[in-house]
Amino acid sequence: MTYEELLEIAKIENEKKAQYVHTINVCVAAGCMSCGSQELLDAFRREIEKRGIENWCKAKGVGCLGLCTAGPLIAIEPDGIIYKAVKPSDVHDVIDALGGEPVKRILCPSDMSFFTKQQKIVLENFGKIDPERIDEYIASGGYQSLYLALREMSPSMVIDQIVKSGLRGRGGGGYPTGLKWTTVMKASGSQKYVICNADEGDPGAFMDRSVLESDPHRVLEGMAIAGYAVGADKAFIYVRAEYPLAIKRLRKAIAQAEHLGVLGRGIFNTPFNFDIKLRLGAGAFVCGEETALISSIEGNRGTPRPRPPYPAEYGLWGCPTLINNVETFANVPAILRNGSQWYSSFGTEKSKGTKVFALAGRIKNTGLIEVAMGTTLREIVFDIGGGIPDGSKFKAVQTGGPSGGCITEAFLDQPVDYESLAKLGSIMGSGGMIVMDDTSCMVDVAKFFVEFCMTESCGKCVPCRDGSAQMHYLLDKISRGHGNTNDLHSLEKLCELVKNTSLCGLGMTMPNPVISTMHYFRDEYLAHIHDKTCPAGVCNIKGGRK
Amino acid sequence: MNEQQGVGAKGQEDRRIRMVERTMRMYGNEPHALIETLHTIQESYGYIDTDLMRFVSEKLGVPLSKVYGVATFYHFFTLKPQGEHTCVVCTGTACYITGAKNIIDEIGKQYDIKPGETTSDNKLSLLTARCLGACGLAPAVVFDGVVAGKQNPESVNETIRRWFEK
Repeated sequence: MTYEELLEIAKIENEKKAQYVHTINVCVAAGCMSCGSQELLDAFRREIEKRGIENWCKAKGVGCLGLCTAGPLIAIEPDGIIYKAVKPSDVHDVIDALGGEPVKRILCPSDMSFFTKQQKIVLENFGKIDPERIDEYIASGGYQSLYLALREMSPSMVIDQIVKSGLRGRGGGGYPTGLKWTTVMKASGSQKYVICNADEGDPGAFMDRSVLESDPHRVLEGMAIAGYAVGADKAFIYVRAEYPLAIKRLRKAIAQAEHLGVLGRGIFNTPFNFDIKLRLGAGAFVCGEETALISSIEGNRGTPRPRPPYPAEYGLWGCPTLINNVETFANVPAILRNGSQWYSSFGTEKSKGTKVFALAGRIKNTGLIEVAMGTTLREIVFDIGGGIPDGSKFKAVQTGGPSGGCITEAFLDQPVDYESLAKLGSIMGSGGMIVMDDTSCMVDVAKFFVEFCMTESCGKCVPCRDGSAQMHYLLDKISRGHGNTNDLHSLEKLCELVKNTSLCGLGMTMPNPVISTMHYFRDEYLAHIHDKTCPAGVCNIKGGRK
Repeated sequence: MNEQQGVGAKGQEDRRIRMVERTMRMYGNEPHALIETLHTIQESYGYIDTDLMRFVSEKLGVPLSKVYGVATFYHFFTLKPQGEHTCVVCTGTACYITGAKNIIDEIGKQYDIKPGETTSDNKLSLLTARCLGACGLAPAVVFDGVVAGKQNPESVNETIRRWFEK
């Protein structure tokens, strides 16, 4: 593969695209697929064929259009019209309306804040390209960053760009990516590995799934650039077995990339080889922790080990290993293409760029969004998210899953970045955002997360294994109306203990949902204890007042 | 998976074991092939039984205790055969907030089973998943491998009742 060949593929693809007056983009990410978008796409193709308009109209599957709540979604390009909840029976009218007045009953206003307030970098190709065709990714500028890195830049120049961009780990920790890459590059060892952490175990998060389903090549390109920068020629993607569609598309993408020669041996006629293999997770939340993930790839139980040594020095099979999250890798091609200065112009002083969030729970516009760092929670929940449905009252937004905390109305004007969220007792996390209204009981929510961590604890260290069970016991006691004030104190003490003495991130952050709900919603805990009542009416308190 | 265990399934048995052997070979029969091999077993047999664990242990040179340890550590693997139909209720945060618990309670009430159990006539298995990533469509339920979004106790009941009518 040469640069000219790459440009030729892009040229042919763009010419093909220009031939169509209208393209009907049907979302075929998992959300819309479960609303029947595959049947819809087939219906469009049949209708186009029936009418004999194949030479100027085309229907194709594309990645996630974002507004998952209103699936199946379709977008008409280049008109910029979006239709929601489209059924095969609407196909006829949609095609009739091409070039004219849009079909009103299924029209989704494309000027709504959900679409206009976003800043897309990672999601730039979403809803535009067919994730199963490498040609379309190349036509949108794909694999050019890899070419640039391999042919025009030294590994240290690549790392320099990443350092200057200010990119930080998008898996939740927020560790500076450039620094991690530098450490792996400097580590001694003839064999090094790159691992992409796609074990998105946080309940309530689906950003990585969407990226893998909608633009898999972007992740592969980011990984290859990382491999070149740190001196690794082998890589693994550790992906959840619960994401069959993402796995299928990744397998296809890897095969296409190897076939074209943008992965494999001697990429772009340079001595650089890069080989990516998939490894399936098997439903263990703790495997999102990097040392546990490595242990799982090696074929063992996914138990973490103490750090240091960090995987950057002693990782997979004892070799220096770079582990980054899906979204982190997905940012890399855009940074090299547009420059670090461009990237760092987005975001806040310490958190650069954008962040993808999965909006879910009691919110009108559930779905996938990407905003510049520093956007306020109020903008995310009320402008982009459209607020709370059915006239209910906003109660809290939970970020960071089982490792995060709840944020209340009073703090909605805080900007979203790593530091601000940490100050509020939550974390950025991987990007799950669950909105709750007054039908949620905060004691019950805390119990839910602790139960999650209790069953997901690997059992290696005592504070996490036994601490989670005791925390769950106390929360259960309180939620059933049997608690007393002493239990609350014990719970507080236990939280501190588990936080300070657990071996890995799972245990260290597990108390966060409890600490934050006890802090912001203490009155609800007290209502369960003193009044034997659950204000939200969720907990089953026998003999208690409703 | 009942029909798969029936008599005269010799040919099918060979095919399934070949799939398992193929996976192990693909990873050079190395110990690190263990998890991938267990995935293949579960995919082709529906569950992982002790004889197959013994077989894998010998082939990969991994102690049986470790094979068992790994198979029981990961929630995705099941050591019990599943019923004819499976209903997996997602209990991720978004689904929990929007009512997954009511769905589980309803199925439990109707068919007298708890998550992880199968009805006595082997017709229905009720399972829970940690998060399917279908949070935009919460609460989500997987009926025989097909994800359905925005479910409620009534709609789930309706789907299951149709299975029982057949």
